Amino acid sequence: MRALVWHGTEDIRCDTVPDPKIEHDRDAIIKVTACAICGSDLHLYDHFMPGMEKGDVMGHEFMGEVVETGKGVNGALRKGERIVVPFTIICGECDQCKRGFFSVCERSNRNKDIADKAFGHTTAGLFGYTHLTGGYQGGQAEYVRVPFADKTHIKVPENLSDEQVLFLGDIFPTGWQAAVQADIQPTDTVAIWGAGPVGQMTLRSALLLGAKQVVCIDSVPERLEMARAGGAITVDNSQESTVERLNELTGGKGPEKCIDAVGMEAHSPRALEHAYDRVKQAVMLESDRASVLREMIYVCRPAGILSIPGVYGGLIDKVPMGALMNKGLTIRTGQTHVNRWTDDLVKRIADGQIDPSFVITHRAKLEQGPEMYKTFRDKRDNCIKVVLRP
Amino acid sequence: MSETMSQRRRSGAPDRSELPSYLVSDPRRRRGPSTRELAQGLCCFSIGLGLTEVACGGAIARWLGMPRSAAIIQAYGVREILQGVGILGASDPTPWISARVAGDALDIVTVLPGLEGHNPRKDNVLIALVALAGVTAVDVICARSLSDAPLAPSEKVRRDYRRRSGFRRGAEAMRGAARDFKPPPDIIGPEAMRPWVLTNA
Repeated sequence: MRALVWHGTEDIRCDTVPDPKIEHDRDAIIKVTACAICGSDLHLYDHFMPGMEKGDVMGHEFMGEVVETGKGVNGALRKGERIVVPFTIICGECDQCKRGFFSVCERSNRNKDIADKAFGHTTAGLFGYTHLTGGYQGGQAEYVRVPFADKTHIKVPENLSDEQVLFLGDIFPTGWQAAVQADIQPTDTVAIWGAGPVGQMTLRSALLLGAKQVVCIDSVPERLEMARAGGAITVDNSQESTVERLNELTGGKGPEKCIDAVGMEAHSPRALEHAYDRVKQAVMLESDRASVLREMIYVCRPAGILSIPGVYGGLIDKVPMGALMNKGLTIRTGQTHVNRWTDDLVKRIADGQIDPSFVITHRAKLEQGPEMYKTFRDKRDNCIKVVLRP
Repeated sequence: MSETMSQRRRSGAPDRSELPSYLVSDPRRRRGPSTRELAQGLCCFSIGLGLTEVACGGAIARWLGMPRSAAIIQAYGVREILQGVGILGASDPTPWISARVAGDALDIVTVLPGLEGHNPRKDNVLIALVALAGVTAVDVICARSLSDAPLAPSEKVRRDYRRRSGFRRGAEAMRGAARDFKPPPDIIGPEAMRPWVLTNA
């Protein structure tokens, strides 16, 4: 089969690889009908996340048709059924899964020992996202093996198109969880850093949940335009001070809720801060750049909440712990507990409350994937979200 | 091969598209604010250092224990000033910042011999080399950020996202449409830890 394969930094190729096979009773094989390139795939493309190996198949946002099931799937899935696959692989039986904390499933990461060493305790296995999270082959391919398939799936109504439901596998529930974690109240100003795909989903979720003001911060004009279309007030941080503007919008008090939809590759608008982080990252004294976190902690209203859906992989430096502690801020973060939200979100899509396909700006064949990675990473051609068809 | 390209080949002029991106100036580059500021900072640094080298070349050479290098240091000062002015005046400073990287290499090669023989100021030479290494790292980062910057789209590919709300009705009409959603207490925190005013309102 054809698949997008990681070969090294900025080197992804469309290769022919062996077809996946059922390896365990609870596996299923899916014929992929649509897949997307996620912003967090770019951390692998740029090789900021450790743990990738040559030959790994990329992709964790995909959907398709069930073509084969293992004996242990026990009727939970049938051949021909159309499903979206959540990026977090879940067993559905461990203590964390039973509590709904699916992204920290205790059993699905087959490289648990490595994760235990890196994070203290393992987190869930993920598709196409390093050997730290199981080294599972990803979904930017013609076929994919889904482990624990009796639980790791989202069934979608036939009357909804692939593009309407594809993002249930990652960015829509990720944006939704980011907003829910912020405990949005009708009096709240919610500031969201990053107007990429997750930022776009987050700001729409915050609006649906009833925030008084949603403010989106970025420097890319077309992303800010899309954010305004979704009802956000926008701040172009290449042209104005984020802190000053947020204080102006909140009567000098700062936003009650701040959401980091950027993560480890943040670009500070302050040259010295950015140079400092880049140098430390280059000489491996830190792995992630924390400029958004610093700004959020600084500008957030005392007793406010910071929600962090943006992906971080390792260590950061110069976190203003004094401001965080003295202002009594709450931090809520984590990979998305996808299946916890998707029943509700499927209904909201079906009811016409939201159509997540608004974010798609580029459609291409799987073979064009390597070029699309570059287009997406470099924000060329007004690219915000790429959907690939195998 | 197009007519223009073959003419260019015949004239011996290099085809700009064949040069590495860090040697080519392209005003369409959409530099991030931090990269822009970093380039501006390096511009000021270049001019400041250049003026110092021109004015105090002899003193710097003596401090390095290399008194015969005074004239070279002053010449390098002129180079620094020219590079600073180049960065200041260019619509895309990428090749000028790349020139700074080459200049840094030249500086290091010039200072390195100060570590040989019986130079009593070897400590100062080491300090200078560490400083040069730091400046080189910043220059390389800036040059890479500039050359990797995305190009602004041409008018032809400019897409209009003003109608991409994702909502069937206007965004304002959808504000609060999901207020029926009950956030799970284990996600938003236990009741006792939530803001008093909200839980008791």
